[in-house]
Amino acid sequence: MTENFKAQILNKSDMGRIITRLAHEILEKNRGLEKLVLIGLRTRGAYLAERISHKIQEIEGREVPTGFLDVTLYRDDFRTRLKQPSVEVTNIPFAIDEENIVLIDDVLYTGRTIRAALDALMDFGRPARIYLAILVDRGHRELPIKADFVGKNIPTSFGEEIKVKLQEIDGEDSVNLIDISN
Amino acid sequence: MKFTKDVSKGQEGFQKLPEKLILKHARVIDPGQNLDDVLDIYLVNGVIERVEKIDPLNFDGEVLDLDGKLVSPGWMDMHVHLREPGREDEETIKSGSLTAANGGFTALCCMPDTMPAIDTQEIILYIKDRARGSLVEVHPIGAITKKREGLELAEILDLVEQGAVAISDDTVPVMSAEIMRRALEYSRMAGIPVVAFEEDTTMTSSSYMNEGYTSTCLGLEGIPSVAEEIMIARDIMLTEYSGSRLHIAHISTRKGVELVRQAKAQGIAVTAEVTPHHIALTEESVRSFDTNTKVRPPLRTGEDVEALLEGLRDGTIDAIASDHSPHAWEEKASEYIYAPFGVIGLETALGISVGELVHKKVLDIAGLITKYAINPYRILGLPYPAIMKGHLANLSIFDLDAEWKFDPARSLSKSSNSPFVGRRLKGKPFAVINNRQYFRSIL
Amino acid sequence: MLKSRHLLGLDGMEKPEIELLLNTARSFREILDRPIKRVPTLQGKTVVNLFYEPSTRTRISFELAEKRMSADIVNFSAGTSSVKKGESLIDTVKNIEAMKIDMVVVRHSSPGAAHLLSQVLDANIINAGDGGHEHPTQALLDMMTIRERFGNLAKLTIGLIGDISHSRVALSNIFGLKAMGARVLVCGPSTLIPRGIERLGVEVFHNIDEVIPQVDVLNILRLQLERQKSGLFPSLREYHNFFGITRERLERAEKPILIMHPGPMNRGLEISSHVADSEHSVILEQVTNGIALRMAVLYLLAGGKSEIH
Repeated sequence: MTENFKAQILNKSDMGRIITRLAHEILEKNRGLEKLVLIGLRTRGAYLAERISHKIQEIEGREVPTGFLDVTLYRDDFRTRLKQPSVEVTNIPFAIDEENIVLIDDVLYTGRTIRAALDALMDFGRPARIYLAILVDRGHRELPIKADFVGKNIPTSFGEEIKVKLQEIDGEDSVNLIDISN
Repeated sequence: MKFTKDVSKGQEGFQKLPEKLILKHARVIDPGQNLDDVLDIYLVNGVIERVEKIDPLNFDGEVLDLDGKLVSPGWMDMHVHLREPGREDEETIKSGSLTAANGGFTALCCMPDTMPAIDTQEIILYIKDRARGSLVEVHPIGAITKKREGLELAEILDLVEQGAVAISDDTVPVMSAEIMRRALEYSRMAGIPVVAFEEDTTMTSSSYMNEGYTSTCLGLEGIPSVAEEIMIARDIMLTEYSGSRLHIAHISTRKGVELVRQAKAQGIAVTAEVTPHHIALTEESVRSFDTNTKVRPPLRTGEDVEALLEGLRDGTIDAIASDHSPHAWEEKASEYIYAPFGVIGLETALGISVGELVHKKVLDIAGLITKYAINPYRILGLPYPAIMKGHLANLSIFDLDAEWKFDPARSLSKSSNSPFVGRRLKGKPFAVINNRQYFRSIL
Repeated sequence: MLKSRHLLGLDGMEKPEIELLLNTARSFREILDRPIKRVPTLQGKTVVNLFYEPSTRTRISFELAEKRMSADIVNFSAGTSSVKKGESLIDTVKNIEAMKIDMVVVRHSSPGAAHLLSQVLDANIINAGDGGHEHPTQALLDMMTIRERFGNLAKLTIGLIGDISHSRVALSNIFGLKAMGARVLVCGPSTLIPRGIERLGVEVFHNIDEVIPQVDVLNILRLQLERQKSGLFPSLREYHNFFGITRERLERAEKPILIMHPGPMNRGLEISSHVADSEHSVILEQVTNGIALRMAVLYLLAGGKSEIH
């Protein structure tokens, strides 16, 4: 399978604007910081959560509790894989009972990762409610899951993939559309 | 892995020995007569009529073309465990004899660790009776002590009178120096050697392999080489003191070889044998935890193997014997510490020895034949089967260069506990002739 | 990714594999602090704990790790005596495998028992201790605990104290620590140091007071009391006086030394109570880490095997 660049969807400044907008939308919907916590999904959702967390602190002048969740152990494709993906540290250093959680990930696709994340969160406690914030929604849901905050909707076909790159691990900020259909 | 073997197996190897037979074009080697030439051997009713270049037109009789093969005086494996009476599921006198024939031997010595032990006339007579008429001659070795308990001497004169060719408590070393001294003295009177398994068992309880770096890596308690050397030294001194004859079974360590070398230089009547597995394998093969690497004495280090080869080269080690030790599959297919010691070896002895010694130029072919066909007889005080006019034909015929792999399905042993399964061997038994019978190896 | 489908030992295991195991275990450690200490990862997998030697803590640790991973568990314990008389090990495990199981955790008194099972079974085999040979999960959890404190194993000096000859914990630690580039000292009575151990790259000492100033970590091995009866050292009293780790000995060191023990401890023999309970002792952290480490092993070995055949 060859990967061919098709189009750039977002560049660095687009992403900066989206982070700012998502921070505002979250605060607006939650009516401030009351009981608000952010949980980013490893790997790239965690960095997005950190960015949104910083932005909220800029806006509100106060820190919002931010944690990181690795959902590998909750995935439903464990038995069909031969190789185990590496597991990263989950770090949620606060109780989530009765909190309003914003779950943050980079791409929303089939919805299975979010399903796993919801299961995982239930093992940590009983939140008041869970929102979902997503940088890119590319469609093709296989489960009844919908994002509350969406950076950008990008309808894709099956031969396409969304490649999110973040400064923290990829050395640049960009979202590209990739052709993987041979 | 197979559990049982067809009891009638091996009969297909027997072929009728024609009344008149010419073994043609064979390289005939009899080191006892300094004979090494391409000659024809003319047999009439299984007796050697002539050994010379014969024009076949002048003779009637069947011709067996042995071009490319070697004919040697019949080989003896002087250290075989036949398991009968007692463990006939593992080997019988009949199956063991057939196995020996299949491996290129015409004679074997069977060790006394049967159940009951070969410590009375009756057992000797039983074995002789079971082996009567066999192509392979079965020479029993009697026990040193009653029930091989190391406490009281067995009736050694009785045993020898009925045909025991030596005495040994093999697998159980005689720990009492006093008993060993008396055994040596008593056997001197009987004119036979004492065959000693040399291991100080006070040092080796619950141990499973050679002690050293590898045993440390594997967490297996070790059998130190010094446990063998202490006993070799003791028995050499007792032999000198009592003026007797000592034969050291399956010597395995460098210092042990050195002790025998020194004793021989001093004129002490000591001889020694080594097994094919001790020269072909080292302790490193235990890393597989294959229970067919569990033998006693244990597989030693590469340095010990070098010393064993040097001992064979310079004559310190007189003979090679397989220590053929059949064990039931279910006993070997167990945890390493619970598995019994020992491997079968009658059918791989020739291939291993030719490959490791002749092709690797440790011994020439006459030297190897000496270790198998001449020295074992000499050690036991028996005449070796010289290839000579008027003698009953007692011959081992083999192919020096044939390459093959040992396949337990072609083995005639009732057991299959070999460490050499699947190993590439060079040098293969072809046939044996003895007691007016001809057996073509089916390996 | 691990090279083998089994965890039989650390002999021959290279640094990247050990790092993968330790990193994965570090990620699993947090699960043990959750309100619901369970992840669904091994749902539908059946693990058999096959213990031919009595071992309470290792079995409990494996069992908890399996439960935390949502595996189905079967426990089989057999005394050594019944093994010798009764059914062979191979027959026992083949019977168990015929009941459709996925993984076997085996503890056995014979070195090589786990190797034997890996040759006759399709299941993943985890060695939970085979005689005096290896105890890989113990050594990995020891390394995990050391790394938690120091970050990196490569620049550390670790002292293994006690009966090196009969210790699978010592042997697995030596293989693992050497692969990670640590300096390893072993110290004990000369009758309890096996021949050829130097060839594994360790330094041998018989004077504990020479070892203490050099080490960052002391891993104190359990002394099996029957070794005294078999004549390997004269008395427990003498052993304690010359090899026991006491506060007085440790106070002579310039820097604090991390104290470890695989348990169960003989307090007052190889380790004094003061040392065992001191602030530098991580003996209970070892126990906690043991569960995370064993979860990581289960996770990394349990691929989608059941879909293959």
